[in-house]
Amino acid sequence: MKISISFLVLAAVLGACAPAPQGGGVNDPYETTNRKVHAFNKSVNENVFGAFGGDGTGAGISPALTDRVVNFAQNTGGPSLVLNGILQGDVEGASVNTMRFLLNTTVGVLGLFDPAAAIGLPEQDTDFGETLAVWGVAEGAYLELPILGPSTERRLAGRIVDWVINPLDKVGTVEQKDYSTIANLGARVIKAGDASGAIDSVLNDSADSYAALRLIYLQNRRFELGTTPPDDAVDPYDDLYGDQ
Amino acid sequence: MSHFSRRTMMIAGASALVLPTASFATSDVAAKEMVVRLVADVNAVISSGKSEAGMIADFAKILDRYADVPTIARYCLGADARRATSAQMTAYVPAFTIYIADKYGRRFRDFVGGAIIVKDAKAVKSWIEVETTVELRGRSGFRMDWHVSDRSGRNAFFNFIIEGVNMLLTERAEVGAMLDRQRGDIDALIAEMRAS
Repeated sequence: MKISISFLVLAAVLGACAPAPQGGGVNDPYETTNRKVHAFNKSVNENVFGAFGGDGTGAGISPALTDRVVNFAQNTGGPSLVLNGILQGDVEGASVNTMRFLLNTTVGVLGLFDPAAAIGLPEQDTDFGETLAVWGVAEGAYLELPILGPSTERRLAGRIVDWVINPLDKVGTVEQKDYSTIANLGARVIKAGDASGAIDSVLNDSADSYAALRLIYLQNRRFELGTTPPDDAVDPYDDLYGDQ
Repeated sequence: MSHFSRRTMMIAGASALVLPTASFATSDVAAKEMVVRLVADVNAVISSGKSEAGMIADFAKILDRYADVPTIARYCLGADARRATSAQMTAYVPAFTIYIADKYGRRFRDFVGGAIIVKDAKAVKSWIEVETTVELRGRSGFRMDWHVSDRSGRNAFFNFIIEGVNMLLTERAEVGAMLDRQRGDIDALIAEMRAS
């Protein structure tokens, strides 16, 4: 049932995906709406995350506690990483993430600790958006989502599918299933606090923070997926003004 | 015999054409050595315990020493650099240095307790890409690539890419947005950058 829902969602969203622009540019047909969402997200960042004191420790929460929340949340995402690794044909990534989930769930006390990283098995992060990219689905239009921030049509489709088919429901412990949502929300706030210096700098110090965030997000996302367009490697000695 | 010598002559002639170009391009070893020195200077600033203003001043010196600032500054101004007067360009380049040193110097406090490690160097297009990783205390590190060329007459970096985020492309968009906000007035842009 859940699987068929996710296929319906996928078909609907992918059907709506606009083709990616040539030359690694920005494809933003929804800019007017996106800018309104950006203004909302900016005020949330100032009023909500700002209230935590910005650096994540301002609320007086010790790293010993925040690390447990982040580790637990990250570990509950493990089965989804494994599934996506398999769907992408990434045997190594899927194997590393499988070992991480098994080790951290047992030795790492339900994932509160990350002994796998300590023995040289760092997380191989992925998502269904990357799976779609591997399958050849185009990036689609740029989107700025409320609270969640920058995204693309393909990434949004991936988020929905990841959320609907979460294999944690099959393989997780009772505690992992019960607390995964709240822990992931907590981890999101903590990570936003950790990155707040860089985020605030983009949001507050840019002449056009919407355009700056859009460009930074798209470049970083394409780098993570290994889809950086060759045109991004600019040569200011051959093309002095970048307008050739 | 005559055939052989003509062939030798042709090879010699071709080499004469190719060699100056080849020796002009910076070597990966030289580029890597430059980044090692650059990184040592940056690491010294990070661990100096100086105030933010002190770190920014030090970063400006590092830019002058290791970066091809005039090329970076011109590229970031883009097509508008074509209509700028030479007096405006002369004023713009140092103002751009202040702007960049301030912007990236501020981010150095995120690196306090961490270090930059030089990994590898390889030729890409007409330059050398030197890969480094920024290791942060208690957090996952990130990748930072430096693009080094000697086409300014010395080995200098003209771009860096942090986890795929390309400084030249990002600053070109930002400088364009700043200039738009100043309604295309280059003198006002220079004044705004100086005030960074």
